Amino acid sequence: MDDMAFFRELVTGLNRGLLMSVMLIIPSALGGLIIGIVAGALRAFGNSLVIRIGDGYAALFRGTPLVVQLFVLYFGLPNVGIYLTPYWAAVTGFMLCSGAYQSEYVRGALLSIKRNQYLGAQALGFTRLQTIFWVIIPQAMRRALPGCGNEIIYLIKYSSLAYIVTFMELTGEGKTIATEYFRFTEVFLVIGFYYLILVSVAKIILRKTEKALEVPGFGSV
Amino acid sequence: MLESLSVIKDALPYLLKGSFATGVIVVGAMLIGLALGLLMACGMVYGRKWVRLVVGFYIWFFQGVPVLVLLFLFYFGLFNFLGLNFTAITAVTIVLGMTTAAYQANIFRGAMLSIPQGQFKAANALGMSNVQAITNIILPQVLRISIPAWSNEFSIILKDSALAFVIGAPEIMARTQFVASRTYQHLPLYITAGLIYFVLTWSGVKGLRALENKVRIPGYSHQGN
Amino acid sequence: MSRSEPILKVENITKSFGSAEILKGVGLELPKGAIKILIGPSGGGKSTLLQCLNCLVTPDSGTIWFNGGVVNIQKSKELYAFRQQVGMIFQDFNLFDHLTALDNIIIALCKVKKMSKQQARERAMTELDQVGLGDKGHLYPAELSGGQKQRVAIARALAMDPKVLLLDEPTSALDPELVGEVVAVIRSLAHKGMTMIMATHQISLIRNLADEILFMKDGLIAERGTPDELLGKGCGTLSQGFCDKLNEIAGEES
Ligand SMILES: Nc1ncnc2c1ncn2[C@@H]1O[C@H](COP(=O)(O)OP(=O)(O)O)[C@@H](O)[C@H]1O
Ligand SMILES: [Mg+2]
Repeated sequence: MDDMAFFRELVTGLNRGLLMSVMLIIPSALGGLIIGIVAGALRAFGNSLVIRIGDGYAALFRGTPLVVQLFVLYFGLPNVGIYLTPYWAAVTGFMLCSGAYQSEYVRGALLSIKRNQYLGAQALGFTRLQTIFWVIIPQAMRRALPGCGNEIIYLIKYSSLAYIVTFMELTGEGKTIATEYFRFTEVFLVIGFYYLILVSVAKIILRKTEKALEVPGFGSV
Repeated sequence: MLESLSVIKDALPYLLKGSFATGVIVVGAMLIGLALGLLMACGMVYGRKWVRLVVGFYIWFFQGVPVLVLLFLFYFGLFNFLGLNFTAITAVTIVLGMTTAAYQANIFRGAMLSIPQGQFKAANALGMSNVQAITNIILPQVLRISIPAWSNEFSIILKDSALAFVIGAPEIMARTQFVASRTYQHLPLYITAGLIYFVLTWSGVKGLRALENKVRIPGYSHQGN
Repeated sequence: MSRSEPILKVENITKSFGSAEILKGVGLELPKGAIKILIGPSGGGKSTLLQCLNCLVTPDSGTIWFNGGVVNIQKSKELYAFRQQVGMIFQDFNLFDHLTALDNIIIALCKVKKMSKQQARERAMTELDQVGLGDKGHLYPAELSGGQKQRVAIARALAMDPKVLLLDEPTSALDPELVGEVVAVIRSLAHKGMTMIMATHQISLIRNLADEILFMKDGLIAERGTPDELLGKGCGTLSQGFCDKLNEIAGEES
């Protein structure tokens, strides 16, 4: 009887948490990707000031723990009168941090495209914008994809840190139930399983996308 | 502003002492990861089918579950269940070590596969046993090749170690939280903590780069070939 | 035919990779001081046979005798001891990339023969001198030319005091102008009476060094005999046809 109640509560709690986690992950991943693309492009092609600012942003967010960033946003900003809800503190932190890592892959991908590709496009009469859209982006996208996809997988796992700034997602819901029933091993194994499914699904989608975009002889190096 | 500065000035020595605990956790975890990772990489490259399956499962699990969940699972769950009374620092070190082992195994596996098969054969032809060939010929090269990826892993683990405070390990983050809860100077204190981590990451990566250059083999470029 | 007891003898060696039968029952004998040369089309199984001789590739069946006794290849101790006494030279050198030329030689002496570092060092220096590389010991493989790498590989094998040397196309991976220095080293070994079996397409080695030529094709020894028997004018043997082609290519190159 007791077991039944426990498992029913666990599953409902975790499913509610799962939904919240997904609501954290999707906007954070999209936002991170957009920031990453913009910052990556600026770091690759901007003037020296822009590059320095971009590099500084990436170094700062890649050089400090995500949990510290979240604490600054959630507990720190109120010191200067800015109050974020747990949800927005988490999403903002995830986007900024993820964007820093993404910008690294985007930058690398853009810089890896050889000069002759630009020359070839110019020789055909492409404008600057046309060159970027029809030659550079299609190639850079393929180069950046594995790294960026991997970053999103990291983000899925680090979304669990939202619990620390009191947002009730998968880990938070689980922790509450585990503490209530004092059954840590089972509860956290089940939570782990939820994340494993999320990560495995993301990996499959990533691999399918890579396959779909594959160009023979166009290696990732 | 002035008040923040004086809080930071007072708290800094206390926070910096936390970097000792952080250091113990990170060094311990990286060494566990090194040993376990090398073992698993050997298992994946040279092992039988069931070994490869077990290692594959281990990697899938530890790469798919968030560190935070693993910390809770092991510290409150499995370690207790097994009757192991670890301190928070020991527990974090072991959990982070097991996590990074999963990633390091893949790093070392890639490096092993990149070393020409012929060198293993040549070692055997000289009369070396498989174990001798691996320890004398393969591993010294694998370790050199792996330094850049290993350094990346180091910086990830250093940052993950900031999660240790959730189970009460007295490292940088826990100490910062403690001071912040007394002084209400959250913003300057967490920024300070961030800077300490930044400096630690930066020095570690620099140190590993120096090591990489020190053990570089003349004329041998791994990317080029 | 030499009457002396063979140092190395194999009988009925077979080996398949998957469904492909690469060796279909090969036997040969190597008396002390003999030099046998394996020739034949690429893919005929020469490398596989040579690697079966010291069990780098484990034969599916067959027997190996060494110094009159059967080698029990199931026993790893016995296998490792056997391999110490059989040197091998590879087509692509297989020097250990992380060790200097000198350390490439020292490592096996120390780890396998358990020599002291000092003794190993002296021995390694002697061997490097022998192949004319006494001044190159401190260089890493990536800093050596192909010919120098192969000479280090030979020195490394010789330092183990092998009773037999297996050579698998030792000059095939070399630029033409570097072949000579390696051929010279192999010749001097021959003059010192080293027992050797060598796969090679180097026509000068085939004609001048071979006591016996073994022509391998499709996993079998299709012809065997002395150079005179197989390569004499108008013999019409497979070997002769093959060597004529090698000569043509050599002619075109020079
Ligand atoms: N490890 C292996 N796995 C599968 N096939 C192999 C392997 N080694 C050799 N072979 C095959 O065996 C045949 C004989 O190869 P080899 O002994 O290298 O011939 P040779 O040295 O005379 O050119 C080739 O067709 C080759 O593809
Ligand atoms: Mg061959």
